[in-house]
Amino acid sequence: MKFYRSHILLGMSETSIEAGAKKIELALKSELSKRNLQDEIDVLETGPLGFFAKGVCLKVYPENVLYENVTVEDIPELVEEHFLKGRPVKRLLATTTRVEAYDFNYKERNVLENSGIIDPEDIEEYIGVGGYEAWEKALLKMKPEEIIAEVKESGLRGRGGAGFPTGLKWSFTAPIDSPEKHLVINADEGEPGTFKDRLIMEGDPHKLLEGMMIACRAFGANKGFIYIRGEYKLCIERLKHAINQCRSYGILGQDIFGSGFNLDFDIKVGAGAYVCGEETALIESLEGNRGNPRFKPPFPGVKGLWQTPTVVNNVETIANVPTIINKGAEWYKSLGVNGATGTKVYTLMGDVAMPGLTEVPMGITLRDIINKYGGGMLRGKKFKGALVGGAAGVILSDKLLDVKMDYESLKEYTAVLGSGAIMVMGEEVDMVEMLWSILRFFRHESCGKCFPCRLGTQQLYNIICKIRDGEGKEEDLESMILLSDAMVKSSFCALGQSPYMPIKSSILNFRNDFLKRIK
Amino acid sequence: MKTLADLRKIREKAQNDMKLRNSETRVKVVVGMGTSGIAMGAREVMKAFLDEIANRQLHDVLVTQTGEKGLSSMEPVVDVIIDGVNSVTYGNMTAEKVKRVVAEHIVNGNPVNDFIISTDK
Amino acid sequence: MYQEIFKKYEPTKDNLIYILHDIQDNHPQQYITEEAVLSVSKYLNVPINHIYGVITFYGMFSMKARGKNIIRLCESPPCYLKGCDNIYRKLKEELNIKQNETTEDGLFTLELCACLGVCGNAPVMMINNDIYGDLTEEKVVKIIKDIKGEK
Ligand SMILES: Cc1cc2nc3c(=O)[nH]c(=O)nc-3n(C[C@H](O)[C@H](O)[C@H](O)COP(=O)(O)O)c2cc1C
Ligand code: SF4
Ligand code: FES
Repeated sequence: MKFYRSHILLGMSETSIEAGAKKIELALKSELSKRNLQDEIDVLETGPLGFFAKGVCLKVYPENVLYENVTVEDIPELVEEHFLKGRPVKRLLATTTRVEAYDFNYKERNVLENSGIIDPEDIEEYIGVGGYEAWEKALLKMKPEEIIAEVKESGLRGRGGAGFPTGLKWSFTAPIDSPEKHLVINADEGEPGTFKDRLIMEGDPHKLLEGMMIACRAFGANKGFIYIRGEYKLCIERLKHAINQCRSYGILGQDIFGSGFNLDFDIKVGAGAYVCGEETALIESLEGNRGNPRFKPPFPGVKGLWQTPTVVNNVETIANVPTIINKGAEWYKSLGVNGATGTKVYTLMGDVAMPGLTEVPMGITLRDIINKYGGGMLRGKKFKGALVGGAAGVILSDKLLDVKMDYESLKEYTAVLGSGAIMVMGEEVDMVEMLWSILRFFRHESCGKCFPCRLGTQQLYNIICKIRDGEGKEEDLESMILLSDAMVKSSFCALGQSPYMPIKSSILNFRNDFLKRIK
Repeated sequence: MKTLADLRKIREKAQNDMKLRNSETRVKVVVGMGTSGIAMGAREVMKAFLDEIANRQLHDVLVTQTGEKGLSSMEPVVDVIIDGVNSVTYGNMTAEKVKRVVAEHIVNGNPVNDFIISTDK
Repeated sequence: MYQEIFKKYEPTKDNLIYILHDIQDNHPQQYITEEAVLSVSKYLNVPINHIYGVITFYGMFSMKARGKNIIRLCESPPCYLKGCDNIYRKLKEELNIKQNETTEDGLFTLELCACLGVCGNAPVMMINNDIYGDLTEEKVVKIIKDIKGEK
C-alpha cells in the first residue's frame, strides 16, 4: 500500500461541478506531478464538503483545512505554498468551516413550534410541551362567547387563501339554533407549491386536533371532520392515530373532563381533485358526491354539510387557535403588522439554494425570506420573479422584493398572500413557459360545472400554446387578459376566477418574454 | 378514560422526563420522519442508526422520530442531542454518514462538522 | 368478496370515496371493476350512475386495469420549473409507454398528476404510496430497476 503524507478531498456536488470542480481536479493533479508530489499527496473525490462552503471546495488532511471558491488559477499558488512550503493560503480559507448558521426560527414559530422536535405519534410528548392546556382552559374556564371574542380580538384571518376573519366566521354560526352543527377542516391542500398543512398534520397532529376542539366548543359543534387529500398518506395515518389516542385519553368523547360536553372527530379522504379545496365542493365530496361547488348563498355557515350549519376552516388557521387561547389575543396581535396578525407559514421553492418552509411573523419582505431562510438564490442566479400564492397567485417582479408581505401591503400591488407558496424564478426562466404550465393546470382542474370556466380554461390554454409555439400575435396577450377578466365576472366559483391574476401579472411584469415568442 | 387530574399528572411526568435527563439515555437521536424525509431516505437512516448502535452495543442511546423541520432540501435531517442539552442538527444524511456520526460524535463526542446544518434547536 | 372491506365502514353515502379507495388499493390491478360498483351500490343503497359519476370525477380512481405500480409524476408549475418534463421523457423511454398506459409485463402504469405537496424536493413522483423526490434521470432509472428487481 502506498503511503501518502497528505490527502486532498475535492467536494463534488452539482454546485461545485458547475463551478468547475472537474477542471480543478485535472489542474491540481498535473501541478502536483509537475512538482513531483504525486506520490506524496493523494487527490480524492468526495461528496459535498460542508453545506455552506462556496464554489469548489478542497479539504486537506491531516491538517483539516478547508478551502473554498478555488479556481484553476489558484492551483499553482496553492500547491507551492501549502504543499511545498507548508503554509495554508489564507485568502482561500473557507470563512466558515462550522456553521451554526441555519436558522429554523423556532423562537418565533407558533403553529410549527413542535414539528421537528416532538414525536408526532406520542400524545404524551405533546402534553409534555403544554399540549391540551388551551383545551382545558377553553372548555372549563371560558364561555363559548369568550372564546369567539378572544379569537376575533386576535385578528386571526383564514390561511386557506381568502383571508376571512376567523372569529367573525364562527360568530355567524354560533347563534344558530340547530340540533347538529359541524366543523370541517380543509386539508385538501392542492394549491401547487403549498405543503404547509402537510407539515402541521405530519409533525404535530395534536396541535390541529386541539384547535379543532376549541373551535367546536366556541360555536357549538359536537362533530368535526378533517377532509384530507388522498395523496397525503402519512397525514391520514398520523391523524387517525392521534384521534384514537385522544379518545383513549378521554380528551375526545362523552362528557369530556366532566364538563358535559361531547365531541368526536372523523377523517374523510379526497381522491385527487383540486376544486374540492373550494369549501362547498369539499362539502359535496364529504357527502360522497362529485366535487362540484354549490351555489352560495346559503353559505356553509348556515346550511353546509347535510344542510347543517358548518364552519369550514383551513388547517393552519385552526392550528393557530391553541396559542391564541394560551397566550391571549394581545400577545398574538403583537406579532405582525398592518392589521395582519400572528405568524405565517411560507413554503419556498424553485431557484433558491435551500427550498423548504419557514414560519415568520407577518410583514417580512420577500428578499428576507429568500436570503435568510432559502439560503439565497440557487448557484448565485439573478432573481427574475416569484410566483406568490400558488397557481392562483401572482407573478411578482424584482420591484416587489422589498414589499412587506401582509394582506394590505400586497393589496396595493394587486398581489395576494394566498396560501403562502413562494416559487422563486432565476434569470433564465421564461415566463411563457411558466404561464403555460399554470394554464395547463387550470384546464385540467376545471370541474366543468359552468361553461365560462370549462371553455375559458381550455381557450386560455389554446392561446398560450399558440404563443409558445411561436404562432401567437401581440393581440393574443390582450385577449387572454380580457377573457380571464370575463371569467372573473361570470364563473360559478373562485377556480374560474383564478387564472386572471397570474395572466395579468405575468404579462404586465414580463411582457418582453411574451413578445420574444411572438416576433 | 382519563380525568383532568390524570392529564395533569401525565403533563408533569412528561415535563420531568424532558428536564431531568433520564440517566439511562445519555444520547437522543431524533430522525425527521415526514414525507420529505422518508422520500429522501429517512427510513434507511433510522435503520442504520439502530444497526450501528446495536453492533456497538451502545445502551445509552435512544433513537426516536419527529416530523419535518422544514428544510426539505437537507432531508433526511437528524438531531443528535447529548445530555439533553447539546443539540446538533445534521442534514442530507445517508447510511454511510450515520457510521461517522455514531463513531465520531456519539462515541467520541466530536460532532462531524461536514454534515452539520445547525447547532441550535 | 368485498365484505371484508365493507365491514370497516358504515353503509352511509359519505363513506363512498373511502370504500372506493379501499377497493381499488386491494385490487392487484389497482382499479374498480363493474362488479365492485354493483356491490358498493347494493351495500350503500346508492344508484350505480352516482357511483360512476364519482369515479370519473376524481383523478385517483380508475375503471381501467392498471399496473402493479402506479407512477404518478407531478407536472405542476414548481415541478415543471425543476424539469419534470425531462423526467417524464426518461420514464416514457425507460418503460416504453405513453401517458396512462401500462407496461406489457403489467408492472407499471405511467400517469401525470397535480402538485403532491412535496415541492421542496421537486421534481417529485409517487409510486403507489411512496414519494420520491429530487428526481434526476439517473435516479429514476435506478428506482425503476430496484422495483423490477424486487418483483
Ligand atoms: C379552487 C379552490 C381551491 C381551494 N383550495 C383550498 C385548499 O386546498 N385548502 C384550503 O384551506 N382552502 C382552499 N380554498 C379556500 C376555501 O374555499 C376556503 O376559503 C377555506 O377553506 C376557508 O378556510 P379559512 O377561512 O380558514 O382560510 C380553495 C378555494 C378554491 C376556490
Ligand atoms: S368555475 Fe370552474 S371549477 Fe368552479 S364551478 Fe365553474 S367549472 Fe367548476
Ligand atoms: S409542484 Fe410538484 S410536488 Fe408540488
